Amino acid sequence: MIKILKYTGYDMLRSWWGYSYFLFYFISATALLNLSADPSRAITSLMNIIITLCPLISTLLVVMYYYNSREFMELLLAQPLKRSSILKGQFIGLAGTLSLSFMTGLLFPFLIFGFLSRENLINLFTLITIGTLLTFIFSALGYLVALRHENRIKGFGTAIFIWLFMAVIYDGLFLFTLVLFSDYPTDKIALGLSFFNPIDLARIIMMLKLDISALMGYTGALFNKFFGTSAGMVISLSVSMLWVVLPTYLFLKKAARKDF
Amino acid sequence: MIDFIDLNKSFGKNQVLKGLNLSIREGKISAVLGPNGSGKSTILKCLLGLVLPDSGQILFNRKSVIGKWQYREHIDYLPQIARFPENLALAELIKMVTDIRQQQGSINTLVDLFELAPFMKKKVRHLSGGTRQKVNILLTFMFDNPCLILDEPSSGLDPVAIIRLKDLIRQQKDSGKTILFTSHIMSLVEDLADEIIFLLEGRLYFQGSKTEILEQSGQPTLEMAIASILSGNPAFSIKKNRVTDYS
Repeated sequence: MIKILKYTGYDMLRSWWGYSYFLFYFISATALLNLSADPSRAITSLMNIIITLCPLISTLLVVMYYYNSREFMELLLAQPLKRSSILKGQFIGLAGTLSLSFMTGLLFPFLIFGFLSRENLINLFTLITIGTLLTFIFSALGYLVALRHENRIKGFGTAIFIWLFMAVIYDGLFLFTLVLFSDYPTDKIALGLSFFNPIDLARIIMMLKLDISALMGYTGALFNKFFGTSAGMVISLSVSMLWVVLPTYLFLKKAARKDF
Repeated sequence: MIDFIDLNKSFGKNQVLKGLNLSIREGKISAVLGPNGSGKSTILKCLLGLVLPDSGQILFNRKSVIGKWQYREHIDYLPQIARFPENLALAELIKMVTDIRQQQGSINTLVDLFELAPFMKKKVRHLSGGTRQKVNILLTFMFDNPCLILDEPSSGLDPVAIIRLKDLIRQQKDSGKTILFTSHIMSLVEDLADEIIFLLEGRLYFQGSKTEILEQSGQPTLEMAIASILSGNPAFSIKKNRVTDYS
């Protein structure tokens, strides 16, 4: 597994994807930190970029990488290696390098421009945590989609739909449900529904950390009300972890039974 | 050395292998022939664990291979389509495969034979189709293992490279290796194969030498013999129970 991880990472770091992803975050963070008067505002804007872009790029990149390396995968599978080690190695290699590009892209502007107060660093660390979690979650979902669909167009279509659903449609449906049942107590439903969308969870984690009630949104406020800040953090982080483990387990199970 | 016992495989509604029984003898070159969709690639992929059979057994050196992976260290495989990680240079690719297999490979003679030296520092994505196939051959033949599986080895090669490939395959056979290959090029099969295996609709129709297939079909060339099986020559029928009994 380590070998496959090493070479996948190496392959990725030498492609323009790794660098442009790094540059994008570097430029965005630099611009936002220097243009806004208050660093916590810059962090909120960065969060909005991260929760939209990390899922999109990781899903699409994984699907594309899988389809591109389909024939090479056959060669790897014919080597004396366990099937699950090959897939685990590739998955961690891809999600790992993406996370690395994103992490360094955020970290450098903070270091270079001296936003090094304790509070800023804690917020930065939270940003990096949610971005990495989202990258791993959506990379695993990407594998699940790519392994399921041999047809590339269907694969890409499904991947984009999953992203669109989680990033946009889900919130619409969520609000619609709340409005529809506004005569009833909907707190618990809303709380439950937010567990099913990793992007919502990521937003909640960040908002609880920043503790900006105005920006917390309905579910953020609910989390705060029900669990308090720290318990809310622990719960939303744990559910996010579950979102990494479950799709990874499912795609490895799918791969074990697949004909290549 | 390799035995397929009552092997069945369906892809959706399409049953590709229908109770196939086949034994591959050690130290020989066997060519698997058959029209498109007859199950040639599928049996190779089943042997390598890429495709999982619905039922039946595959033995390599008398041990079942299903669900296992260690046995693959004795097999070198040449896939039909040659594609590699695009951002690695050829030298890095060779290092990677050596590292993954954890076996010492010897590349110098092969690099000279297929004139690959000028490409060693080039990224794989800049190589032409024929050169990639040469790389594919290099990655397969650089190791010294007792069994070689070649899926359409001559595809995309120029005539000079084909002649060199044939010599290479003969050398490997002379050193005692078992070689199993598929091809649509009859001249390659005629030149190399000790044994011809003919599959049709997932079943074994013929297994024997070139002389035997010509005699049995009453045709002068291998191409015509194959055509006569396909047009329903009554001298050929489904073969059963060709598996050696080890009990």
